[in-house]
Amino acid sequence: MNAIKVRGLQKSYRVYQKNEGLWASLTGLFNREYRDVDAVKGIDLDVDQGEFVAFLGPNGAGKTTTLKLLSGVITPTDGEAHVLGHVPWKRENEYRRRFALVMGQKNQLWWDLPAQESFRLHQKIYRIDPAEFIRTRDELVDLLDVRHALGRPVRELSLGERMKMELTAALLHSPEVLFLDEPTIGLDVIAQHNIQKFLKHYQEERKITILLTSHYMKDVAALCQRVVIIAQGEIVHDGSLDDIVDRFSGHKVLSLQFADERMPSDLARYGEVLEVVAPKAKIRVERSSIAEVLSSVLSSYSIEDISVEDPPLEEVIADMFKLTAKQQAEEKASQVPIP
Amino acid sequence: MYARAQTWWIILKICLEERLVYRGDFALGTLMRFLPIVTQIFLWTAVFASAGSVSIAGYSLEDIIAYYLLTMLTRAFSSMPGLASGIARQVRDGEIKKFLIQPIDLMSYLLLSRIAHKLVYYLVAAGPFALVYYICRSYFPGWPAPEVFAAFLLSLVLAFMLGFFLEASMGMIAFWFLEVTSLLFVYMLFTFFFSGHMFPLDMLPDFWKGVVDFLPFKFLAYFPAAVFLGKIEGDALVQGLMIQAGWVLFFIVSCRYLMRAGFNRYSGFGG
Repeated sequence: MNAIKVRGLQKSYRVYQKNEGLWASLTGLFNREYRDVDAVKGIDLDVDQGEFVAFLGPNGAGKTTTLKLLSGVITPTDGEAHVLGHVPWKRENEYRRRFALVMGQKNQLWWDLPAQESFRLHQKIYRIDPAEFIRTRDELVDLLDVRHALGRPVRELSLGERMKMELTAALLHSPEVLFLDEPTIGLDVIAQHNIQKFLKHYQEERKITILLTSHYMKDVAALCQRVVIIAQGEIVHDGSLDDIVDRFSGHKVLSLQFADERMPSDLARYGEVLEVVAPKAKIRVERSSIAEVLSSVLSSYSIEDISVEDPPLEEVIADMFKLTAKQQAEEKASQVPIP
Repeated sequence: MYARAQTWWIILKICLEERLVYRGDFALGTLMRFLPIVTQIFLWTAVFASAGSVSIAGYSLEDIIAYYLLTMLTRAFSSMPGLASGIARQVRDGEIKKFLIQPIDLMSYLLLSRIAHKLVYYLVAAGPFALVYYICRSYFPGWPAPEVFAAFLLSLVLAFMLGFFLEASMGMIAFWFLEVTSLLFVYMLFTFFFSGHMFPLDMLPDFWKGVVDFLPFKFLAYFPAAVFLGKIEGDALVQGLMIQAGWVLFFIVSCRYLMRAGFNRYSGFGG
């Protein structure tokens, strides 16, 4: 069954365009220029119940706008969407009790009070059964390891603890759909890892539907089977992570460790040499010629260790963003009528 | 209904707790409000001395001071420090999103948190208020009749509601202008003069009295005080209370309407 169904969803904003300087500010008092910004340009998307989907895209691509549309914070300019059978921007309480949105750090918790007070409020506004509430809360704070911080005012918590409390608050009412906007932003590696581990475990256990945006490829690689890439308000790819690597990366990275200290000087004939630190070297090799290169290297030198890897995901994605931006620019250029 | 009442109870409790976090600042702020009493008493004494008469527009010095002390009390019910500017801040920094996403009504929430705010205020201020009234007891004509006193209490509660919904409506305008500081300044000036906070409104010349009767502001300070002092009686009293209740209703509706329109604009504009 589809948990999320989106057809032709569009959102454009009217923004006030201000030129630089004081004079422009003054003239802007009387004569304002506005510009329409198409944040989301008609996207289609189907997400099944129990899927864990990542939204990737450069800043300003429309990821957050999409999440806001699906959680009913904003109304679209055109198009339709159904989440759990509800139209989000109607903002029915029935729908609002079935999903959660976690966006940034200072969202649901009361700054000056301990998190447990905010949780009690959530119990009431989401009408959670008291016994169920205690059970869920205890489970969540234990999984996230923040039980000790329940009684401390939120403003005194560390960034990581606060994020964990936000997650707990969002999950208390056992939402069927969860939207996560950058859940690990600004956290250290350990805290990031903890949150990833928690999300993975929780999603596998409960089979809830999660849409996540993140800039950390590690989040995405660890969590999501499916990746939707948005660039300039359009979906440019929808598939698994491996697909992306296959589709957008024509290279592999070959790592070699030579048996003796003498390094060959002619490695460049196999491909771009990425780094050489004797006795190790890394070479970027065309995917199509990898077999050839391997046999040649193994027969020419005495090799201690060898590995072939996909390039880092960040690089692939960055390449892809560049590529799609170029394509979109070309498309635009070709649409301009020639006088 | 029961579930909703429980939600309200929890919101009230949590707001009370939050209020008590900054108890030091709160207590100091409350006590500082008693300072103007002294200056007002000196001011009116000087005014009467230089006028050389026993009464001004039907008010003796004692009447004026009693009136002033009573408006202090009504303002304690009807003033809403930080309500409109708080809404504006929430709109600006996006905290208002919470009320779009979670199944919780912004207006009920604001009202409950204001009730909590007031309860804590009365808790802190009850002692000083009682003391001041005790010291100044000789200025008062004595306790009013029980039914007048009941009308006075009712008008205080209505003054609270009028103050709340009027200022909340102002706050909702932030959905269009983002910043409402100047608007609030104008509002403050209006209430300052037209609520009767500074002087009894029946001192005004007839034309201005007519203007003031058409505005809701007099119900924020003048009306309850005048009821207590027995200036408004019988049919006029009943009529006054009904008009006050009418204004409350008007601003409840306008606040709801502005909130709904504001949410629509917010969600259309960008969130």
